[in-house]
Amino acid sequence: MADMLSGGDMLIRALQEEGVDCIFGYPGGAVLHIYDAIFKQQKIEHVLVRHEQAATHMADGYARATGKAGVVLVTSGPGATNAITGIATAHMDSIPMVVLSGQVPSGLIGSDAFQETDMVGVSRPVVKHSFIVRKCEEIPSIVRKAFHIATTGRPGPVVIDIPKDTTDPQILGEYEFPETVEMRSYNPVVKGNSKQIKKAVEHIFKAKKPILYVGGGAIQGEVSDELERMVDLLNAPLTNTLMGLGAYPGSNNKCLGMLGMHGTYQANMAMHNSDLILAIGARFDDRVTNNPEKFSPKAKIIQIDIDPASIAKIIGVDIPIVGDVKHVLSSMNEAIQSVWTGFEEEEKTAYQRNTDTWWEQIEGWRSVHGLDHSLALAAEETIQPQTVIKSLYRATNGEAFVTSDVGQHQMFAAQYYHFDKPRRWINSGGLGTMGFGLPSAMGVQFAYPNAVVACVTGEGSFMMNMQELSTCLQYSLPIKIINLNNQALGMVKQWQDMQYSGRHSSSTYSDSLPDFKTLVEAFGHKGIKVEKSEELQSALDLAFSEEMRDHLVFVDVWIDPETHVYPMSVRGGSLADMILSRDQEVAV
Amino acid sequence: MTRRIIAVLLENEAGALSRVVGLFAQRNYNIESLSVAPTEDQTLSRLTLTTYGDQSHSEQIVKQLNKLVEVVKVVDLCEADHVERELMLIKVRAVGESRQEIKRTTDVFRGQIVDVSGETYTVQLVGPGEKLDAFLKAIDKTAIIEVARSGVLGMGRGERVLTL
Repeated sequence: MADMLSGGDMLIRALQEEGVDCIFGYPGGAVLHIYDAIFKQQKIEHVLVRHEQAATHMADGYARATGKAGVVLVTSGPGATNAITGIATAHMDSIPMVVLSGQVPSGLIGSDAFQETDMVGVSRPVVKHSFIVRKCEEIPSIVRKAFHIATTGRPGPVVIDIPKDTTDPQILGEYEFPETVEMRSYNPVVKGNSKQIKKAVEHIFKAKKPILYVGGGAIQGEVSDELERMVDLLNAPLTNTLMGLGAYPGSNNKCLGMLGMHGTYQANMAMHNSDLILAIGARFDDRVTNNPEKFSPKAKIIQIDIDPASIAKIIGVDIPIVGDVKHVLSSMNEAIQSVWTGFEEEEKTAYQRNTDTWWEQIEGWRSVHGLDHSLALAAEETIQPQTVIKSLYRATNGEAFVTSDVGQHQMFAAQYYHFDKPRRWINSGGLGTMGFGLPSAMGVQFAYPNAVVACVTGEGSFMMNMQELSTCLQYSLPIKIINLNNQALGMVKQWQDMQYSGRHSSSTYSDSLPDFKTLVEAFGHKGIKVEKSEELQSALDLAFSEEMRDHLVFVDVWIDPETHVYPMSVRGGSLADMILSRDQEVAV
Repeated sequence: MTRRIIAVLLENEAGALSRVVGLFAQRNYNIESLSVAPTEDQTLSRLTLTTYGDQSHSEQIVKQLNKLVEVVKVVDLCEADHVERELMLIKVRAVGESRQEIKRTTDVFRGQIVDVSGETYTVQLVGPGEKLDAFLKAIDKTAIIEVARSGVLGMGRGERVLTL
């Protein structure tokens, strides 16, 4: 016979069966029954945050680092609405997350009760799906479905809204956790169409200038091995989107770096001049394509994506392949291998001659305007943000988990920390959520307590969720925070410099900044302030030293406030239209 | 910009309709008309909506609808032969000479008078949208008191079906 449990106990038991080890949350009236159920067990650790937005970013960081769904528990009303930004962040980047939100008792729904919000309604545009619990017996199957939906197909956040009466300890129901999930309306495609795959491979061999354009889907789909094999087989260049960094080793020469608005010269030029683009789990975001009308005019496009709605949404596609990238890429690799094996010697030589010519052109671009182009022009006495990321790379041997907030520091981290492994670069790419960096780093540290976790941030972003320094002390999280302090909202200021004749409307606040060293010390952590370039490397080495192993260290680096992020796309132009430094515009 | 009739089978569950309607608002697709009711299978609702857009626009709408977890099947009926019908109830002032005139016009359009009072008729008319529009044009505008239209329903012709 099935166990008789209360809804609160059912919820926790179902989460345990899903393998949940950690919940990020904040208690309140509507979820007190659930918190009591948490108190009575040991398998799941509950992390008490200081703000619900941070809870969602922690769950998000946890999910990005592990591939498992992150779990959030918030109360009704303000608890639920505070979670919205984090849910939207996860939704835009397709991150698996399950958000449990308390709701007022069923009988009070619709009466404007205390702390009542229509969470299913408010969250609807930013979730993959949502459920509302009607009675306690539904809880196990809803939890099962929620995790299934959140983690399969194109992943995303799922909300379960839980009216207080359904978790009442006085009301018991039969607990039955379903072994399998069957939903007639939800069956994500896994296998790619074999005819399309064959056709794609034929086109790849016909191309003279192929390029792999790799996005976040390659991280979610865990295809690093398949990518390495494909690049080796084809000797083709590869570029990553902001979300795809680390899917292929960034320090490998075959990787041209990030493309798009702040992409490398070689990546953007190679895309623009390519005659075949193989898009792998990438969605042709406007930050990548620049003006869609001028996007890669000569290229045939093959697009692999698990989400049919992503295909041909922005840019027309010649060969669409809907399916799980892992399956599709391994089938393609086999097909490529067999075409290659079937080649006559002269066909092989011709192919190699092609790729050599293509690489020659790419290396030309790389050598003329490589990544350090604008850095080389900067004044030596100031600390350049790019140099900070390079020093961070050295201090961590390029092996840290790096989270970031949003703005200039995010772009510098993406450009200069050459991620060699997937799931090491954690940032809010789609929604661009400031305040993401610290809490997501905390989520990563909870997932991997012994890992080195660095948060690259700016003082603007950091101040959006700095209350979590208190949570870091409570749970002894030894995160290293690298603050690129330019006393301004740098990216806003850069746009104002470039497009508004330098009118810095509400983008500076240098007179009112806190002394971050004192601030973090007040929270019980270690602070280091760096104002001279000669102190930089030693400060970072200290932060990541054995001595600081168990401490949260905040390194406040006062960088050159005038530095802009380059390259930068020319608005309305093609991928080849880039500004390379303050006074150098390249147009093709 | 051509007219599209999108037919959707969705789970007959609370909140499912709001996801469909919300999607249209969120993605900036217009809804010209909308009708929804349970099918012979009580677990399924059938929703028919009309919208305007080109081919790629319509494809994107169908794809986005298919992504909704509660949506079971979607078809753009305008991609092939189909029939479409709409029902209209119209209450008109029917006094003096116009009483006969309205009766005659109703007969011409093969409508039925479903309610009668001393001064009004309520006419029921079924057909494609243009026929209903034509009826409204044919009668004296000042006589119209109230109009209710069901929105378009549609079905593929012949063997073309939308079922589970």
